[in-house]
Amino acid sequence: MKKNIAININGVEHRAQVEPRLLLVHFLREVAGFTGTHIGCETSLCGACTVLLDGRAVKSCTVLAVQADGRSVTTIEGLAQGNRLHAIQEGFWEEHGLQCGYCTPGMIMCAHDLLERSATPTEQEIRQALDGNLCRCTGYQHIVNSVQAAARKLGKRKATRAVAAD
Amino acid sequence: MIPAAFSYESPRTLKEALALLESNPNAKLLAGGHSLLPAMKLRLATPPALIDLGRIPDLNYIRDTGDHLAIGALTPHAAVASSELLHRMSPLLAEAADSIGDVQVRNRGTIGGSLAQAHPNADYPAAILALDAEIVTLSRTGEHVIPAREFFTGMFTTALSANEIITEVRVPKTTGAGAAYKKFAHPASGYAVVGVATVVRKHGNAIESAAIGITGVSGTPYRATAVENALRGKPASAIADASRRAADGIEAIGDTFASPGYRRHLAMVFTRRALETALARARAK
Repeated sequence: MKKNIAININGVEHRAQVEPRLLLVHFLREVAGFTGTHIGCETSLCGACTVLLDGRAVKSCTVLAVQADGRSVTTIEGLAQGNRLHAIQEGFWEEHGLQCGYCTPGMIMCAHDLLERSATPTEQEIRQALDGNLCRCTGYQHIVNSVQAAARKLGKRKATRAVAAD
Repeated sequence: MIPAAFSYESPRTLKEALALLESNPNAKLLAGGHSLLPAMKLRLATPPALIDLGRIPDLNYIRDTGDHLAIGALTPHAAVASSELLHRMSPLLAEAADSIGDVQVRNRGTIGGSLAQAHPNADYPAAILALDAEIVTLSRTGEHVIPAREFFTGMFTTALSANEIITEVRVPKTTGAGAAYKKFAHPASGYAVVGVATVVRKHGNAIESAAIGITGVSGTPYRATAVENALRGKPASAIADASRRAADGIEAIGDTFASPGYRRHLAMVFTRRALETALARARAK
């Protein structure tokens, strides 16, 4: 029997009637049209499908859409503000954190989870945080550099805001 | 990969969940879903119905109840791993939780779900056994407390009956003792090929007692009682020899990654490492 669900995606509510077996990643891509979330291994190993569910990184191939009913999801499309890329996106751009780009949305969402918890992570912490995301192009070094660059940018923006508030 | 069709219920109370379980004896309980959903996608599991416990409030908590710490069944691994209460008073469980899977898995997977699944390579069972934790369940006949040593009965098999739901895990405070969890992680899956959890109490320069839980070696996690007995009252120098008994009397499992002999060897090495680390963390009486 189909279920009526409502999921807030990137700040906008999406309602649909879905089969309980529909995976969140399929809801995002095929029902709501957010194809920035990629499907890689489909076995919760590669992390390409990572999105934020109520702010925390999850693999959307291993969550049912019905489990996300009434909750908030952020996908890669939800990070930029207008034409201004998010600091993590800028970091990946400037530090060459991608080649083919397939793993990138998942990497960025997972990095977002990390930087929310820890503003100045060490290289080791970044590598541990991205342990569930596979990249077959970069060898990871440039991804680590990208997250470090993003942490610096976010730190600077925060400092600028603090000065402005004074 | 799409699961076979199933009907879905999302009860708002434990009472409602128990009634649904009673009327759907073949239904599966869904917690974080990080074991069940992958199995369903591979069609290794095709339950006709899922009862999602995720909407029942107040099953996600870590509380100090005086003589022990109580952890709600739906508490995700990430919350256990980062709990200040656990780090201060019973750090073994937090250390084990931090080694499970990856960030995304730890954000979704729950302690109750993991224990009910009883995967032979799961991390929690080693810690739960070494701590002599208690698993609290609810059925229509009332609350039931299962000691850790009676809980795991086989590969993917526990003492839970079909109409029971895990509600809480109780772990003792281990203040003064030293604890450590050491695992040989499978390089791809992160599962414990072998994982050893230990709680060591020190008296002067001697080991007063050591409790050792081992996962991954056998289909069922176990207490390494031969090592525990060999260490009682002995100095630290006894650890290397005693650790050789880590798989005494145990029938080891083998797969394409690790043979039974290799697993037995890993059990000895990781038991020694866990004991040495735990002893270094213990405070002498």
